[in-house]
Amino acid sequence: MSEKHHIIPVWFFVGVLLLVYGVMIFISGLAEWSHPPETVLAELHAPVWWGGLLIVLGGSYCAMFRPRAEKLNQ
Amino acid sequence: MSLTLAMFETTRLVRLSGVDLAIIVFYFGLVLVIGFYLKRFAKTGEDFFLAGREMTAWVAGLAFVSANLGSLELLGWAGSAYQYGIMAAHWYWVGAIPAMVFLGIVMMPFYYISKTHSVPGYLKLRYGSEASGLSAITFAVMTILMSGVNMYAMAVVMKVVLGWDINFSIWVSSLTVGVYVAAGGLFSAIFNEVLQFFLIWFGALLIPILGMIETGGWSGMVARIHQNFPGQDFTHMWAPMGSFANNPMGINWIGIVFGLGAVQSMGYWTTDFLVVQRVLSAKDIRSAKMAPIIGSFFKMAVPLIVILPGLLGLAVLPMHLVPNAPNLAPGQHSYNEVLPLMLARYCGPGLLGLGITALVAGFMAGMAGNVSAFATVWTYDIYRPFLNKTAPDKHYVSMGRWCTLIGLIVSIGTAYLVMGFASIMDYVQALFGFFIAPLFGTVLLGMLWKRVTRWAGFLGLLAGTISSVTMFVLMQKVDPQKWVPIFARSPLAKGLAQDMYQSLWSCVTCVVVTVLVTLVTRPKPDEELVGLVYSLTPLAQEEHTSIWHRPIVWGVSALVLLVILQIIFW
Repeated sequence: MSEKHHIIPVWFFVGVLLLVYGVMIFISGLAEWSHPPETVLAELHAPVWWGGLLIVLGGSYCAMFRPRAEKLNQ
Repeated sequence: MSLTLAMFETTRLVRLSGVDLAIIVFYFGLVLVIGFYLKRFAKTGEDFFLAGREMTAWVAGLAFVSANLGSLELLGWAGSAYQYGIMAAHWYWVGAIPAMVFLGIVMMPFYYISKTHSVPGYLKLRYGSEASGLSAITFAVMTILMSGVNMYAMAVVMKVVLGWDINFSIWVSSLTVGVYVAAGGLFSAIFNEVLQFFLIWFGALLIPILGMIETGGWSGMVARIHQNFPGQDFTHMWAPMGSFANNPMGINWIGIVFGLGAVQSMGYWTTDFLVVQRVLSAKDIRSAKMAPIIGSFFKMAVPLIVILPGLLGLAVLPMHLVPNAPNLAPGQHSYNEVLPLMLARYCGPGLLGLGITALVAGFMAGMAGNVSAFATVWTYDIYRPFLNKTAPDKHYVSMGRWCTLIGLIVSIGTAYLVMGFASIMDYVQALFGFFIAPLFGTVLLGMLWKRVTRWAGFLGLLAGTISSVTMFVLMQKVDPQKWVPIFARSPLAKGLAQDMYQSLWSCVTCVVVTVLVTLVTRPKPDEELVGLVYSLTPLAQEEHTSIWHRPIVWGVSALVLLVILQIIFW
């Protein structure tokens, strides 16, 4: 993203955000599996698959845009 | 979107769990870490005020569209969708996409080539300090007042949705925004806007997904709406536009096409510096042209997470929501509560925290956008030309940092002022609209017609603004029954319809005065207008660029997609 300043790409921070939230929501979904909250369509266990999606996307972004030492040190 | 203090009643809608709070706290921590990390890169004026002009088209484009994707916008437009149906999507489609494409293809080259820091900066180069000063002062004052009004309105939302104390919401969010914007300038604001973009999508997208599953798809949703509201049409965009009486807004297609599409949205998306500043941060001219076009595709998709939840609310909510009012009966909810209600309907612990964080992030990103734009306009368009012309660059960066903090303090003061005098809120929101439509006329004429003179630009802008204020006062305060049918062309015209026609007439006034004054005053010599006016500016040719990299190709694609959507939802 930044050629002049060699800033860590914003996509990496997006990845961190999605990954951490994905883990939190996924675990929360698993924890409530046998006692789902009183929401509509709770039987679909949306936190589990939505959290999983965030983990995959966040992990991919983190891996693709992780800071590389040689570039940041230039 | 006009939101009043009475938009929410005083009962808490949702209760957060531990994981929800952890999600919110993590967001605050992350944006502060990013702000401190970016501080080392914001050293020169160009770094602090324009993010070093090194953003890619994607980053600038997402920040551009995010700057307009604030929490109050989301809540307000979801409420409008519940109230008016899919017609509210006009503000996302015909009321945005043509203007974004126009900005990218026609106007951006002039903003970018002139190397201006701001829209008032362009006016100074094109016309002189009179038009620039008028534009800069009104923008600076209105931006900071709007920031305060939004701050208070959002604190009220947080109190009602979550039960948070208003003072807590105001101070915690303001201090966080103040720290990270003062540290990293536009770098921080843009980074936060990109984060917010993802948060809003992932926080809100589950509502339409689960809503569609619950209702059995689009046709199932429409059937339920007809069952709940027999005889009313909520799912067509243009069919009810034949006359003022056929739709609840009291507007016809002329108001939407010309008032909204041709003037108000053009004015907002092409001359409101809050959004244009994001595009000015692009690394080169092609990225600057592509950024708003990329943004237009995402903007076209926003109704999925804003308008569709409002429509789903019509289909699945057991109660009928009511207009905003100071005192709602127990158990009643206003239109503007439809998004939190739908969030609470489908989202349990974790997902609820994500949705609420999206709203908080939208609010903070909006505030950051306001103060960063204010700092730029104050420093470069008011302080430097009128107060201190010869200071070194470092001094202006320091001024920008202080302005950020001072702007936030004034915003907080405005928020408390609104708390004491509720009617100020509606006036401030209306005031902001006074300047946008005539400013579009002034900027566009300046770019396309080299004959327009210094005084024509200034007097046209002034006349357009005065006419806008006059129409507002006549329609709202003096005698609505007499003046609304005259200016808004129908006694049935509601607030949004009145806004559209007010914009249209004020822009026409600006153009007419500008042309008349131009004809009797002396134009600037051509050599002073190179890079500022279409006929005197060598624009980059794209013959040697691959077809997939040409902004015009993607701009036309966006317009074609827009037409297809209009036909589908006609």
